[in-house]
Amino acid sequence: MISVTPGGNSLAARLAPQVRISESSPTTSEREAPLRFQISDLNFFYGSKQAVFGLNLKIPKNRVTALIGPSGCGKSTFLRTLNRMNETVRNTRFDGQILLDGQDIREMDVVGLRRRVGMVFQRPNPFPKSIYDNVAYGLRINGYKGRLDDLVEHSLHRAALWEEVKDFLHKSAFALSGGQQQRLCIARALAVDPEVLLLDEPCSALDPVTTAKIEELMFQLKDSCTMVIVTHNMQQAARASDFTAFMLDGKLIEHNETPKLFTTPSDPRTEAYITGRFG
Amino acid sequence: MNRLRLIWRKSLNVVALTLTGVAALAVVSILFLILGYLIYNGGKSLSWDFFTKLPKPVGETGGGMANAIVGSLKLLLLAALMGIPVGLMAGVYLAEFGGKTFSFVIRYTTDLLNGVPSIVIGIFAYSLAVLPVKHFSALAGGVALGIMVIPITVRSTEQFLRAVPGTLREGAMALGASKWKTIATVILPAAKGGIITGVLLALARVAGETAPLLFTAFSNRFWSPGWSQPIASLPVMIYTYAIAPYDDWHRQAWAAGLVLLALVLVANVGTRLALSRGGAARSV
Repeated sequence: MISVTPGGNSLAARLAPQVRISESSPTTSEREAPLRFQISDLNFFYGSKQAVFGLNLKIPKNRVTALIGPSGCGKSTFLRTLNRMNETVRNTRFDGQILLDGQDIREMDVVGLRRRVGMVFQRPNPFPKSIYDNVAYGLRINGYKGRLDDLVEHSLHRAALWEEVKDFLHKSAFALSGGQQQRLCIARALAVDPEVLLLDEPCSALDPVTTAKIEELMFQLKDSCTMVIVTHNMQQAARASDFTAFMLDGKLIEHNETPKLFTTPSDPRTEAYITGRFG
Repeated sequence: MNRLRLIWRKSLNVVALTLTGVAALAVVSILFLILGYLIYNGGKSLSWDFFTKLPKPVGETGGGMANAIVGSLKLLLLAALMGIPVGLMAGVYLAEFGGKTFSFVIRYTTDLLNGVPSIVIGIFAYSLAVLPVKHFSALAGGVALGIMVIPITVRSTEQFLRAVPGTLREGAMALGASKWKTIATVILPAAKGGIITGVLLALARVAGETAPLLFTAFSNRFWSPGWSQPIASLPVMIYTYAIAPYDDWHRQAWAAGLVLLALVLVANVGTRLALSRGGAARSV
């Protein structure tokens, strides 16, 4: 078994000492917590190939939900349906229902949806612009008329990057290191003040120290933001999330509070995966 | 046995290296030979007069090609105005919007257009812009050159837009940018350097075209005010002067060749320098 005990002697605990698991977990059961996303009977298709099968999931507000599972199990696909990013891929469709705060996302304006549901990608993808312009981008295209300076600073603060970049905001974003670039991308997503942040393996291209920084950041963001993170790293799911959903072959196998899922998985396939017997 | 094979392999290596090296050297030396020959012959007849004076009447020596230099620049401006917007937008369509079949047709047609002999494009521009008004004009020359600019611009624009990583597109779209906003504010700026270089190469290429100008812009031994008169251009002047029987004209043709080449080189190198100083877009 993977050790997930808080403050335990595991590598995970040493890497991210500030991130505690059990304290952030809700005492109430998941069903009673206010919900952000409610997904029912979701089927997703790439052309004629089905990638997600009858998925039902509730994502509670201001919590971190981790999606784990082997490569190709449909977790990224599922994540990308939440802000309808899959629409940019030809020949994709889904049926079933996804409710964001009780509202069907299919009936929402896609621009409005993506403004409320931000996304951070696997590899840092800053625009070839200055640090400042990167953060201001989302505000500008949404026609924000207020003082950009304040919001840019605020967003960089929230992404824990301000101190490192405040003296050269107008330098190219490419001058930053990989970890800084990823935090810049988080700041860019936070600038439009989204209610949800989708993170698609945000740390897979980063070293452990930077990863710890991003996990700490997620911990701090929880007050204002619901997060859904796809990760291949089970220690990360254990450290940084409140709920974990395990997917396999496009199906949701198990979903529970993170400590429960990792200590007492109810499905043998979950246990096999988290103990490293496959995947 | 092994030793023999080793010697064989090594000598084969030497032969291949020599052959490819010589070929590479030949490529470079051709350019420098042309350049050297032009500088040697053209430099002798290059003078201040060449840039400031009009051609002298036949029989008198001296004079210059001021009108042809300005003429060439005017023709290039027209070609740029007519060819670049179309080429640029078609390139964006191909890279960002086009489906499968239609894109294939456009791409194939563009390549064919690129392969059409320039004299044929001249005839086409002649029937389009000269016959209806019954006189040669700068405008007609601009049409001919503009048509030639289009295919090169289309293909280079498409190529550089495709080179922009898809993650940038997703990043912009995830922030709520529409497709067109993404293209205009992220993709095009990221590909800016390459696109400008491609456009310049297209212009440099047509700057030296003679055939399509012979019966569109024709030529002119005087200033050509406005856009509807026949206009002199460096390549046509080179052609006219080089086949004339006067030594003085031959010298001037060399000088014109040198100026034409210098114009193209300066524009090319200048833009590259300006772009590399621009910064950000480069490192994509």
